[in-house]
Order: sequence, then structure tokens, then C-alpha cells
Amino acid sequence: MGFSDADLAAIWLTLRLAGITTVLLLIIGTPIAWWLARTRSFWKGPIGAVVALPLVLPPTVLGFYLLLAMGPNGAIGQFTQWLGIGTLPFTFWGLVVASVFYSMPFVVQPIQNAVESLGERPLEAAATLRAGPWDTFFSVVLPLARPGFFTAAILGFAHTVGEFGVVLMIGGNIPGVTRVVSVQIYDHVEALEYAEAHWLAATMVIFSFLVLLALYTLNPAARRK
Amino acid sequence: MTMSNDILARFNLHWPGFALGVDLTLPGRGVTALFGHSGSGKTTLLRCVAGLERAPGGYLAVGGDVWQDGSHFLPTYRRPLGYVFQEASLFPHLSARRNLEYGMKRVRGAMGRTALEHAVDLLGIGALLDRRPDQLSGGERQRVAIARALVLQPRLLLMDEPLAALDFKRKQEILPYLERLHDELEIPVLYVTHSPDEVAHLADHLVLMENGSARAAGPLSELMTRLDLPLARAEAAESIIETVVAGHDDNYNLSYLDFRGGRFAVGRLQRKIGKPARVRIHARDVSIALKEHRDSSIVNIIAAQVQELAPLNDWQMVVRLGLGPEATVPLLARITRRSADLLELIPGKQVFAQVKSVVLAD
Repeated sequence: MGFSDADLAAIWLTLRLAGITTVLLLIIGTPIAWWLARTRSFWKGPIGAVVALPLVLPPTVLGFYLLLAMGPNGAIGQFTQWLGIGTLPFTFWGLVVASVFYSMPFVVQPIQNAVESLGERPLEAAATLRAGPWDTFFSVVLPLARPGFFTAAILGFAHTVGEFGVVLMIGGNIPGVTRVVSVQIYDHVEALEYAEAHWLAATMVIFSFLVLLALYTLNPAARRK
Repeated sequence: MTMSNDILARFNLHWPGFALGVDLTLPGRGVTALFGHSGSGKTTLLRCVAGLERAPGGYLAVGGDVWQDGSHFLPTYRRPLGYVFQEASLFPHLSARRNLEYGMKRVRGAMGRTALEHAVDLLGIGALLDRRPDQLSGGERQRVAIARALVLQPRLLLMDEPLAALDFKRKQEILPYLERLHDELEIPVLYVTHSPDEVAHLADHLVLMENGSARAAGPLSELMTRLDLPLARAEAAESIIETVVAGHDDNYNLSYLDFRGGRFAVGRLQRKIGKPARVRIHARDVSIALKEHRDSSIVNIIAAQVQELAPLNDWQMVVRLGLGPEATVPLLARITRRSADLLELIPGKQVFAQVKSVVLAD
């Protein structure tokens, strides 16, 4: 007894989805977190709240609106059709887009906190030492805020692995395309295949535990304190 | 008379509860202290000069180069300056050496290594280079931070209360290095402080900041002795006089310090003849006599002219004397109102200043 081919496909799909989502989120989330950490604009509150919405919304609500937006008449759908790549629902990349929204707060908030706790002083010191903004980001901000980025990446990855409701709404249940581990477990249970469900479910428990263990023990900031 | 080396700074800022409005011409050489209470705007002025604070509509030119005017604003990282913050603000993830090299790598020019060695030498941090900032004491961190600014070979050095965060012992540890800087640096230094002591040791020029504007600006010895300014009226009011070591008396263990206006005798200095020496004289240590009393234990008696008198409180006066042939060297004396009346002191009167104590200030 072990993983079936379908189980392995689901695991591989899940890892791919979470990996791509995490990379995209680090790229997209960093400027958002940077802006939220440093702006004194009126928009800080509203934008921050929008980014945090997935924390409180039922995944089905988020999935429902993303489905509409990505559908043929939605804004994202119109855009993707204009690009000539059709519509995103029930595709892998549809899941990626949905996961980016869904896991956004888990990436933005740790980075935002790290940048906020950094304060102005290191940035000012770098500027007086002739470092331009990009230079400062890579030579001072990134090394000093590394624990924040580390936490962001791990939480973003783990949270994407754990999503279920959004996947069902956006991706459905297509083997090899949108059937991720959480959906596969659901299928096993529906089919009363409890042994198979155990294998996957226990793997998820162990994975999640290891991720959090890594977060709490390896993170340099956590260790220093 | 504006020399091309001068620093022209004009800034207007309006924040809730605070406004900065200055229009200054600062000398292109020596240490200019921006002196005032907290909230007087001295740090904000310094940050405007550095470009860390944007003052729209401001104007700043350093040595003939415009760093900011109505139409353009050179960002901080393009300004050839060095900045020392109140707390050392070394990068915690880099060793002292890497901190020094951080700026050096980003400045064009081949002088880097020499400048680095010179700065390391000047601040005495050779033994600390491989340590990380959290392995350095507060005073050591600040010395590394000063060296880090010097390595850039800046055209202007800005220091924001570099000693304020240190305790008395650490201050005494750094002060000699700052004095060396003062003697050896060719570039202008703007030095923010609220400590009269640091001003007396380090400054050549003074900008007196009050409520966001410059109440007065000029040479240190002049501003410290102007009776319309608070410095001359403070309990610790003092005069600063630049002298040159003229000779030593090995018999009595005295040194003679000459200045335009006379000669002081002080306890033996470990300093060669011809070297400069800055002395400070407390107003309360100066008394006034109409005759040159040689039957007194006071060693330093100098001919002087009364220039101005002002009441200090209901029983004391502060008197500005001028020493030297043209009475150009100012010296403060604090006396009782009764003595002023008895001696009939009026501006222009020739008197003798009896100086009880002359203290070396560098």
C-alpha cells in the first residue's frame, strides 16, 4: 500500500502550484509590502485591508468572485481572451492566479512587518553611503529583512498547499490539471477509500508540521530571540 | 564676501507644529556647529542639507555646485557628503571592515585604499575591523561610523550629535579623535550639537538655532561673547581664544600662550612651540581692575577695553572686553553691578582683565 499514480500526480501538481505561486508572490508581494510599510498615504488602510481579505473570507466567496472575474465576461477573462489564451477557470494557471490572491496576505504581511521593523535609519545610512534605491534594497534591506522573507515564502507555500475551497470553485477536479492533494483526499473520502485518504492526509499533517517546525527553529530572527 | 567654497543654504519647511526657515552662508572650511535646544531645527536643517528631508523650493549650493534649487533635487546618494548619525547606524550584518568598504566601493576614484587606511588610522580602529557592530562598544561603533563617512572622501561632512548617545566616559574617549579631525580635515564640517562643551572644543563657527530659524551665525569667539545672545548670559558663559604656544618655563612648569592681545601663562603643556592651542575662559573667572596690579597672585593680567555692558540679573553684570591693540579679541567678564558702578565702567574705558583660570580646550 502506498501512493497511487493519481496520488503522486496530485502531489506533484500541488508542489508545482505552491512553488510557482510562492515565487510569483515574492515578486508581486514585495513591492506591495514595501509600499504598505513605508507609505503615509490615505490608501494604506484600504489597500492593506484588501490584501488581508482572504484571511477572513470563506474561500468559496473568494473563489466565486474570482470565477466570475476570470470567466468570459469578467475583467480578467476579457483580458486573457484579448491575449488569445482563452479563459483561466479549470486550468492550472487559473489555479495559480487564484492562489496568488488567496495566499497574498501570508506573504505580504511578514515582509511588511520586517520592513517596518527595519525603520528608516539603515536606508538613510545607505543613501549617505552612495547606494541608490535598488542597491539599498539588495545590499541592506534583503539581508536585514531576510527572516521576514523566509517566513513569507514558507507561509505562502504552505498556505497554497492547504487550499481547498478556492480550488474547487476555480479549478474543479481535473486529474493532472487541477486535482491537488486536498481535492484528491476529498475524492478518496467520497469514495470511502479511507486507507488511501489516510496516506495522503497523514502526509499533509507531517508536511505541515515540518514546515512550521522549520519556521520556528531555522528562522534566524526566531533563534536570536 | 562670498567665496566659492562656501555653503549656501536656504530652506523653508512647514510641518504641523514645526517650521524651519533659514537662509545661511556657511564657511567652506572648518567646523560649523549648529547649536540649539532640541526642537530648534538643527537636525532638520542638517537633514535638508543631506537631502534626507525634502524642502520644496529650497536652495543648496556647496562649493559652487548646486545640490538643490527650484527645479532639481540631487538625491542623497548622489551628493558627495559623509553623514554621521546620532546612533552609529552601522549595518549590523556587516563587519566593521565591510561597513567601511560599503561606501568606498560605491565611490568612483582610485584613492579608496589610501583613504581607508587614513581613516582607520585617524580614528584608531585598526584592531576593531574584523568585529561585528554588536561586538563593539558604543564609542567604538561611533568611531567606525565616522571613519565610514571619511572613507568616502566627501566634500562636506555632516555630523548629527555624534556624541549625544554616549555616556561621559565614551565622550571623553571620542573627543580627542574629533579634535584630530578638526585639525586635519580640509573639508567643511556641519556639526549638530546641544552641548556647549563640544562647541568649545570643536567649533570654529556657530549657527545659533532657535525655533526653526537661525538667530545668529558667525565666528565662534564672536557669537559666544555677544551680549544680546543667550550664550554670553548663561551661567557657564565663556570666551574662546585661539593662541600659539610661545615657550615653556621649565623652572615653574608653565607654558606661555601668545595671542593678538597678549600672553597667557598656563600649567606646562605637552605641546611643541609654535603649535596652536585653543583656550576657554569662564566669564566668572575674569575680574576687572583699573590698574595693573602686580601685587596679586593672579598671573594673567591683560590690558583691555570695555566694549559693552549688560545687566545679567539684579546684582550682576556681564561685560565684553576687547583685548589687543584694536580690541579685536573678545573676552567676557562677570562682575557685580556694584563693581561696575564703583569702577565707573563705560564703553571705551581702558581697564585690565584679571584672568584667574585659563583652560585648554583642544
